[in-house]
Amino acid sequence: MDERPLMNLSHDLMGMYTIWLRDVRRFFRDKARIAGATIQPALFLVFLGTGLSRGLAISFPGNDRTGYLTFIYPGIIGMSILFTAVFSAISIVWDREVGFLKEVMVAPVSRWAVALGKAMGGSTVAMFQGALMLIFAPFVGVKLGIGTILILIPLMLFVGLSLTSMGIVAAAYMNSMQGFTVIMNFLMLPMFFLSGAMFPIEKLPFWMGILVRINPLTYGVDLLRSATITVNHFPLLMDIGVVGGFGCIMTLLAVIIFSRQEG
Amino acid sequence: MIIAEDLWKEFKVKGGAAVTAVKGVSFHVPRGEIFGFLGPNGAGKTTTINILCTLMRPTRGRAILNGWDVTEHPHRVRRSIGLVFQDPSLDERLTARENLEFHGMIYGMPGQRRRSQIDKVLSMVELEKRKDDLVKTFSGGMKRRLEIARGLMHQPGILFLDEPTLGLDPQTRSHIWDYLHRLREEEQITIFLTTHYMDEAENCSAIVIIDHGEIIALGTPEELKEKVGGDIICLKADDNRSAAEFVKRVYGHEVTAAGDSISFEVERGEEFLPSFIKSTDFEINSIGVRRPTLEDVFLKLTGHAIREESVDSMESMRAHVRMRRHG
Repeated sequence: MDERPLMNLSHDLMGMYTIWLRDVRRFFRDKARIAGATIQPALFLVFLGTGLSRGLAISFPGNDRTGYLTFIYPGIIGMSILFTAVFSAISIVWDREVGFLKEVMVAPVSRWAVALGKAMGGSTVAMFQGALMLIFAPFVGVKLGIGTILILIPLMLFVGLSLTSMGIVAAAYMNSMQGFTVIMNFLMLPMFFLSGAMFPIEKLPFWMGILVRINPLTYGVDLLRSATITVNHFPLLMDIGVVGGFGCIMTLLAVIIFSRQEG
Repeated sequence: MIIAEDLWKEFKVKGGAAVTAVKGVSFHVPRGEIFGFLGPNGAGKTTTINILCTLMRPTRGRAILNGWDVTEHPHRVRRSIGLVFQDPSLDERLTARENLEFHGMIYGMPGQRRRSQIDKVLSMVELEKRKDDLVKTFSGGMKRRLEIARGLMHQPGILFLDEPTLGLDPQTRSHIWDYLHRLREEEQITIFLTTHYMDEAENCSAIVIIDHGEIIALGTPEELKEKVGGDIICLKADDNRSAAEFVKRVYGHEVTAAGDSISFEVERGEEFLPSFIKSTDFEINSIGVRRPTLEDVFLKLTGHAIREESVDSMESMRAHVRMRRHG
């Protein structure tokens, strides 16, 4: 390494900012992607949510006025954060395929800064996408005060960061974009279904309860649910601890993977 | 300035065996030189470039670029070199200006210098009118020019170009060479490039030929061509095999086959030709005499043409990829 550590640190921070800026800029440019990422959870909410709530009688934790739509609303926000974060991280694979990653890898920036810039870019984008979901609040009977929104924004960033880092780690094991379906079927969909986003986790069979409890997204959804409709299953500190711990491990892994890569 | 001293690179392959891609490569490139690095695919070219631009660590030996050792000060080296990769490496969903902006930022250039350099490099490659267009609307040649502009953004002392003209039409190729010559004259930049096009290698002020990980020749294009000596007789016959045997038997010349013709070296080709034609006992379809080219040098030193079949098909595939990405 070079002999002027402070100078290097400022270069690395600048590099991190550059990578973050590119992801954010590209997110806002890709209107089709934003529309798609907004419509998909809306479909879950409107069609699946309405259909299930009318067709089945499900009892929910929380106060009497909590309907099914209200219950799944924070879970759907969690889903859009999960999908946006992982998709953003997977763009590394795309960058590798079109050669752009090489431009980043030969830049005079430390690899940890590249990995962190990417993780922060993905979580910022996921936060924006999650914030966009807040426009559906009136339709599902959730009243969002300005205070709730101010708590939700950093929470979405927090959950997004750990999920993006997980996506970066997954991207390291993907050789091409074709592997995305594998990630979708073996990582994202199981995580979503087992997160308690669509149903309460109190009455699950034992085996499924285990799976739900080892799924870090469960605690992320719980966190969002307690902030949005003040319903939670686990203690708040446990939610923060699990999401934060998982995020730290994944970020660390992402940094290690990036630092080890030659070329 | 580039100094490479006894560079070695071993790769572990599956099963524990080691493959040595670069075997003791040494050379010296003075400032302001256009240095051509030639060799067939798999000769160790890309590995050597990757070592020089700090993407790989050498197993042994050292390389100094602009006074900085590649293993001890990789970031210093990176800041002082520009790279144009063989395969496209632009973000096509950003504009030309944004691609350069990204580059300037990640290389730690302050805003003022970034803006003035963007204008300068864009005008150099004549893309200033398209600066706010998305790169995906660019032709293959325009993308290449933008990549060269990007490589120059941070004013490097050395510019590396890996097959800079691969898959481009002849007009764009000569255009790119104009830029490179101008760069060398106006900015005193050292240019290090690899190419498959032997006619382009003539533009270099010095050439290294590498094969099987070792340097087999080093010198100016003129010096290398003198190694071939004399002139080249190139002929096509009904039966090239028996024609080659005839030349070997009667004249004692080494004959090399390339494509559908055979060739051999003689002294004073023009005087040799009439008597040779009279002496032949086979049907000649065409015959010619020419000065040796780098292609001949390459053929003589390595025993095979630089652009073999496999390379051609790979190249057309790349050209296809470029076109498709453009479309």
